[in-house]
Amino acid sequence: MDLLATRALAKSFGDNRAVDGIDFNVRQGEVLALVGANGAGKTTLVNLVSGLLRPDSGQIVFAGEDVTRQSSYERIKTGIARSFQIVNLFDQLSCADNVALSIFSREGKTTKLTSLASRDQGVWAEAHDVLRRFGFDRQMVVPAGTISHGERKLLDVAVAYALRPKLLFLDEPTSGVSTREKAPIMEIVSSIVRAGGITVVIIEHDMDIVFRYSERIVVMHQGSILADGTPDEIRRNDAVTTTLIGTLAAGERAHGGAGHAGS
Amino acid sequence: MSLDAAAGSRDVGSIVRSFAWIVPAALLLLAAPFVIDPFQTLTLTYGLVAAIGALGFNLLLGYTGLLSFGHSAFFGGGAYTVAFLVKYLKIASMELFLAGSVLASAILSVLFGYVCVRYTRIFFGILTLSLSQVLWSLAFKFFWVTGGTDGLRVPTPKLLGAEPTGDKMDFLAHRYYYYVLAVFAVCALLMWVVVNSPFGKALQAIRDNETRAEFIGIRIRRYRLIAFVISGIFTGVAGALWAPLNGLASPDILVWTFSGEIVFMTVLGGFRTFVGPIVGAVAFTYLKTYAVGFTVYWQLLLGTVLVVLVLALPTGIMGAVGWLMSRWKKAS
Repeated sequence: MDLLATRALAKSFGDNRAVDGIDFNVRQGEVLALVGANGAGKTTLVNLVSGLLRPDSGQIVFAGEDVTRQSSYERIKTGIARSFQIVNLFDQLSCADNVALSIFSREGKTTKLTSLASRDQGVWAEAHDVLRRFGFDRQMVVPAGTISHGERKLLDVAVAYALRPKLLFLDEPTSGVSTREKAPIMEIVSSIVRAGGITVVIIEHDMDIVFRYSERIVVMHQGSILADGTPDEIRRNDAVTTTLIGTLAAGERAHGGAGHAGS
Repeated sequence: MSLDAAAGSRDVGSIVRSFAWIVPAALLLLAAPFVIDPFQTLTLTYGLVAAIGALGFNLLLGYTGLLSFGHSAFFGGGAYTVAFLVKYLKIASMELFLAGSVLASAILSVLFGYVCVRYTRIFFGILTLSLSQVLWSLAFKFFWVTGGTDGLRVPTPKLLGAEPTGDKMDFLAHRYYYYVLAVFAVCALLMWVVVNSPFGKALQAIRDNETRAEFIGIRIRRYRLIAFVISGIFTGVAGALWAPLNGLASPDILVWTFSGEIVFMTVLGGFRTFVGPIVGAVAFTYLKTYAVGFTVYWQLLLGTVLVVLVLALPTGIMGAVGWLMSRWKKAS
């Protein structure tokens, strides 16, 4: 069953058709990877679905409901959450505050003016639990602006996860992170979202990660969908190989390895 | 006061310890009229009034990340409300003055806020400045209503229904001082609850990153508007308390340079802490009073202080105190 379906979704920036009439669907419970070279339209597509951008035309249906005209605020309430390619955190607030704010918001408590936030034991217990699962045991009271880049990427995911979304977009969760840190980040994220039964769309350039963690891959090229299939099908797809992975990586593939795209 | 969120897991004991300084501070404030001369007490009263305004202002600057250059509008609005209540309704009760100023500044800040919160940074600052200047020009030009540059006289009010008695200076430096102190204490407590509430946390989230705030489901414009209105009301209450103290509501508290003074006192005390604006308001009031008495070039003196402040103490008095205390803790 489709959790999300877009119909003829389009968005242009001047003459550039960033998203060119796309029919994109996400099935309930799957981990889908959205790949493509820089400028393929991946982030624009996520921005359209999450409500950061308004489409020029087309329709977005989420969980059977037309959300095309809904504000980002309303879409979050219906269960769409996201992380960001360039990390967006509340830098002066602690890691615990960052996650607790998602919980306060989810429970509709951010409108409370006359009670102390610190007194809401339920919220803090959940925030601490989420942080522990993401490996922030020792950094709960540390300002989010002072932790390492890799940790910030992970905290950005934790903030979105604490909203308990039905659909979670992860926009390059390992970009700018050292190769050594990538696998641990993806292991944590993958195990938590699978345990929570959350449907995930992950934008990623690192094809090792894409092949390892996704069940289905959608390849975008110049605002359109070039290919859609299982990791094995995408590996065998020559159109994808030539346009996305490139000749060097194709050579690697011939020797049994997966290449890196996007550079 | 720290904003850290260890607040989430802090036990009662540590909260009590972090507020231990309030007891001596409160005792000093309560004893002040018996220790210092009436002129000093009057200056302190002006300082506490300014502190209420600065607390309101800092809800926007320190907690929501919006720099208003138009808070003179609310301060002046509160003061003129009192003057109008005296002139046109022959009211003399301070409680009614306060209620009137809350209502007037709420209406004013909803109107201003509705326009201003659509913007941030310099655009927000310029818009608040422009709107406050409109109010100033109204007070200036509609002299048959507002008294023009002469302003409107505000006599000493009834406090809790009791007629003012005795010498005016004595009344202001004792009974009125305690009245202002009580209102200040209530305002400070209310503001402390607001900034530490889930709503206050949401404001800090908007300050730090409005995109992320929006994407955890916070309706940022609505929250900014509510913060703007609360901020305006606090500053309006300060204006209402100021009017009887000054004895006159005049256009110079509506002009944009007065907004600048509110910004100055908040930055002087430190806008990153809760107590900063209070300390800054009292310090600024003393500084200005003595600078005016000391030299005709008092603006030059205050300007120099501001330059030194920005260069040497960018986190203000409370930021410097916090830094010194952390050094002292490390050393011991």
